Amino acid sequence: MTAAMTTSSFPFGPISAVRGRAVVITGDDIDTDRIIPARFLKCVTFDGLGEQVFADDRAELSGEHPFDRAELQGATVLVVNRNFGCGSSREHAPQALMRWGIRAVVGESFAEIFYGNCLALGIPCFTASHASVLSLQESLIADPGQELSLSLAKATLEASRGQLWQLELQSGPQQMLASGQWDATSQLLANDGELARTAASLPYINGF
Amino acid sequence: MSAGTLYDKVWDLHRVAQLPGGSTQLFIGLHLIHEVTSPQAFAALKDLGLPVRLPERTVATVDHIVPTTSQARPFADPLAEEMLATLERNCSDYGIPLHGLGSGRQGIVHVIAPELGLTQPGMTVACGDSHTSTHGAFGAIAFGIGTSQVRDVLASQSLSMGKLKVRRIWVEGQLQPGVYAKDLVLHIIRVLGVKGGVGYAYEFAGPAIDALTMEERMTLCNMAIEGGARCGYVNPDAVTFAYLQGRPYAPKAQAWERAVAWWRGLASGADAVFDDEVRFDAAAIAPTVTWGITPGQGIGVDETVPTLEQTEPDERPLAQEAYRYMDLQPGTPIAGTAVDVCFIGSCTNGRLSDLQAAAAVAKGRHVAPGIKAFVVPGSEQVAAAAEAEGLDQVFREAGFEWREPGCSMCLAMNPDRLEGRQISASSSNRNFKGRQGSATGRTLLMSPAMVAAAAIAGKVCDVRQMINTTP
Repeated sequence: MTAAMTTSSFPFGPISAVRGRAVVITGDDIDTDRIIPARFLKCVTFDGLGEQVFADDRAELSGEHPFDRAELQGATVLVVNRNFGCGSSREHAPQALMRWGIRAVVGESFAEIFYGNCLALGIPCFTASHASVLSLQESLIADPGQELSLSLAKATLEASRGQLWQLELQSGPQQMLASGQWDATSQLLANDGELARTAASLPYINGF
Repeated sequence: MSAGTLYDKVWDLHRVAQLPGGSTQLFIGLHLIHEVTSPQAFAALKDLGLPVRLPERTVATVDHIVPTTSQARPFADPLAEEMLATLERNCSDYGIPLHGLGSGRQGIVHVIAPELGLTQPGMTVACGDSHTSTHGAFGAIAFGIGTSQVRDVLASQSLSMGKLKVRRIWVEGQLQPGVYAKDLVLHIIRVLGVKGGVGYAYEFAGPAIDALTMEERMTLCNMAIEGGARCGYVNPDAVTFAYLQGRPYAPKAQAWERAVAWWRGLASGADAVFDDEVRFDAAAIAPTVTWGITPGQGIGVDETVPTLEQTEPDERPLAQEAYRYMDLQPGTPIAGTAVDVCFIGSCTNGRLSDLQAAAAVAKGRHVAPGIKAFVVPGSEQVAAAAEAEGLDQVFREAGFEWREPGCSMCLAMNPDRLEGRQISASSSNRNFKGRQGSATGRTLLMSPAMVAAAAIAGKVCDVRQMINTTP
């Protein structure tokens, strides 16, 4: 299994592009128990989760799983199908992907909690049409060494061989990532006066 | 766009500000925390040097990692012990109430918050657990969040959120004997799919929903997330108020009257506008069992495992993966499928009425030879209430083990798990590959009464045949 990357290389600040090779995981409805089985949630830090990503699927394929293949080590982009990340809300799933090295995900659709968890880590989740995702996966499986360049502003994926895929990235997340404000904590803390007023207006906060 | 729904009203009441990027800052009225998804959030809070904004709106318990045989400390598993010790330290450091083991109030977070009266209509409820949708049963807007968001709620008592669309799921008729809220929700997910609810809140309404008890409504809303809907809810009504009255955290005296008046006004109005509506007939639903590897792969107990031809083209690869993993043959009846382990419990079906329904089947009968069957109450209060009416004795005499409260084999973060290729009949919520602790273990989801019936028969069988005959 691959060693987890060091924390110093985790997403930080404004994010406008992601570059690198891509791992393809095919199949709809891949749940977060698959991405990181529950036994690895017995921890009080996220350190080391990168080594456990897709642990059971990888064990089953004994070295042939995309996350184990030599030519895909160091990849930064994950390309998936529909409803990726469904099920449990565990942030351990995107944490494990990020600690393995993933910095962007492209898929036909994502489960909402997973999508938000990725955004909170600075990992954009791009969507694309069914046909585009299938053609992208086909191209990447045929030629796994392709260096890709994902632009957040244009929502495009450009392969080193010249092919271009048009993707979509929701404008809110795109702005948050581009401005470096994808980590919401400071924004939420900035409105504390309004928050106190909202709370005071709620009957269940003030004894009805 | 929806208007005038409970979701719209609660959303508007909790809006704090518009954030750069277009999302809404939403005030969170109740933040539930547990040992699995909070330690990293507290660590981040410490790194930022921030206090917990409203510790009095934050409540903790321990559920996922607790053993259900002996809960003596320290736990045999040092990692589990470390997680609980970390939660205890964090709650103590930040002044957060912790309903711990032996307090009389410990249990699965989605069982204890309702039974303590913490969950109330019109609240926003967040918890680092996807089954937080359970609390929508009270007419709350309740949803699961990740650990970074747990940090945000701890720090600011709010979240950055986008507004969902609202789909009304209108259910006519009434459930037939032997058919439960679990069957209803498995049926809804079967029809609408596991991704049908993505982008939606589900409002469950109609005569069949009005007739459900609060515990049944909790089962229904609990599994909204399995249909892709991050939250599901039922409008508050007399059933809701009767359940809440007198509970420890429910409003008292004059405040109670004012609360009920406010709660009534939150329900979706007759002129509410929904983004979508789907209709079901409760009377047409049979006891439902999953045969595959997603909660959407369910069928009536009297049906056969669907063939590829009976499966929508875009669902066929998943069906093929499920046939292989489950080792079930398309076209064969699900009834008669032999099981190894029978689990009654979880945040879906670990409440008193669930145990009563299962005990009614178990009473006077016995678990089939070679079957491991166990019952895990959802909380210390559920355990005490069940024991007070002798349900523990009914189960023990029938050959079931009676355990201590916790999440148990729903997700196998504790000693309860499948081994090898064992197949379980389970009253929990997920039949994902490996979910119950073995990478090759298999799960058949069904109601608690159906699990009890499977334990007695040693195989999947129609509980309606058992409740219509005396043992």
